[in-house]
Amino acid sequence: MAELDVALVAADREVWSGKASLVVAKTADGEVGIMPQHQPILSVMNPSVITIKTLVDGAPGEVLRAVVHGGFLSVADNRVSLLSEAAEIVDQIDAARAQESLTTAQAGGYGADSEAAAARAELRLRAVGR
Amino acid sequence: MGAQLRVYRRRIASVSATKKITRAQELIATARIVKAQQRVAASTPYAREITRAVSAVASHSNAKHPLIGERPRLRRAAIVLITADRGFAGAYNSAAIKQAEQLASLLRDEGKEVVRYVIGRKGASYYRFRGIELAGVWSGFSDNPQYGNAAEVADAVIADFEKGGEDGGVDELHVVSTEFVSMLTQTAVAARVLPLEIEESTEPPTGGAFALYEFEPSPAEVLDALLPHYIKARLFNALLQSAASEHAARRRAMKSATDNASDLIRQLTRLANSARQAEITQEISEIVGGANALADANAGSE
Repeated sequence: MAELDVALVAADREVWSGKASLVVAKTADGEVGIMPQHQPILSVMNPSVITIKTLVDGAPGEVLRAVVHGGFLSVADNRVSLLSEAAEIVDQIDAARAQESLTTAQAGGYGADSEAAAARAELRLRAVGR
Repeated sequence: MGAQLRVYRRRIASVSATKKITRAQELIATARIVKAQQRVAASTPYAREITRAVSAVASHSNAKHPLIGERPRLRRAAIVLITADRGFAGAYNSAAIKQAEQLASLLRDEGKEVVRYVIGRKGASYYRFRGIELAGVWSGFSDNPQYGNAAEVADAVIADFEKGGEDGGVDELHVVSTEFVSMLTQTAVAARVLPLEIEESTEPPTGGAFALYEFEPSPAEVLDALLPHYIKARLFNALLQSAASEHAARRRAMKSATDNASDLIRQLTRLANSARQAEITQEISEIVGGANALADANAGSE
């Protein structure tokens, strides 16, 4: 069975890359599930939690969840690139810090960026299930 | 101790103190270059992917976009100059500023008005001292830039670009940064970032020809969302390269300062030694002369 080559890339680093059998992301037109042999597509992602069903040596591995704060999804020839200015794997999110920044943002502590910061913090918290 | 010797000793002490400082700066810079280089490398996948995505949209759609294509009249050109916040980096800052000024005079010769944006305190103070007006100044992150910093600068200049030269904005955007060629070579370079040029080429793009993408929601909207990110990625890369160059330039400057201090200490030590010897010789000859005079006087009285 064909596999997907997935790269989850943030502006300052490559967050994750590897093989997968399914990638679910939320684009501007709604949720899409990408499986091998998907037609080439380039679309805008909404801030959301994406799911990657990883493959380790052809066998199903863990299911990876990651937060993307906007960005792009491009698929071609079984290669999936997930581009986002900020992306993080859900397991690596510091819930306490996210909670803290949400509180600061809601109090307007980040000035003009407060609204965006609050949205980001809320998304992180939703991802870790708080 | 003679006055001459005391002066030498004092100068040696002062040069040694300077040497300790420059040596420490050199070590700090050396440690940071590696980190800065790693950050440049880490940001490459994103830059590569986004460039590919932009090329894919641009080659598959006839989407017109305000950020693409020359405007009929180019009235005002913007220069974004990236300098350091601190000195002690040899010719790093002056090379970047010189490059920017060359570009500025070139643009003026073409009949364009030059608008300057400056990143880094050194560049900002250069222009402030000369009373040249700046359209935007950012500082405090030159040695460790974050993506947020690049985004902030990019948002400001893109906003001005979209306004256009007729309404107090700009029609062109150039970025002057310092390219990290190697540990020993860093070059100040100027590049035009906006408007983007689409080059028609028959050669297949790197990484294979583009597949027939489907664009969601539409090619125009994807392009609309992609381009600002592309500019930010370009700017972020320029900032990271400049940061690495800054550390490399500082390391080299501090290394030669340390070497010079060592040379100076060696020379001063020689001078101090000969001054001390001269003093001893003089004291001995004085004692001998005195003893002789005393002996002569005693011999005369007997």
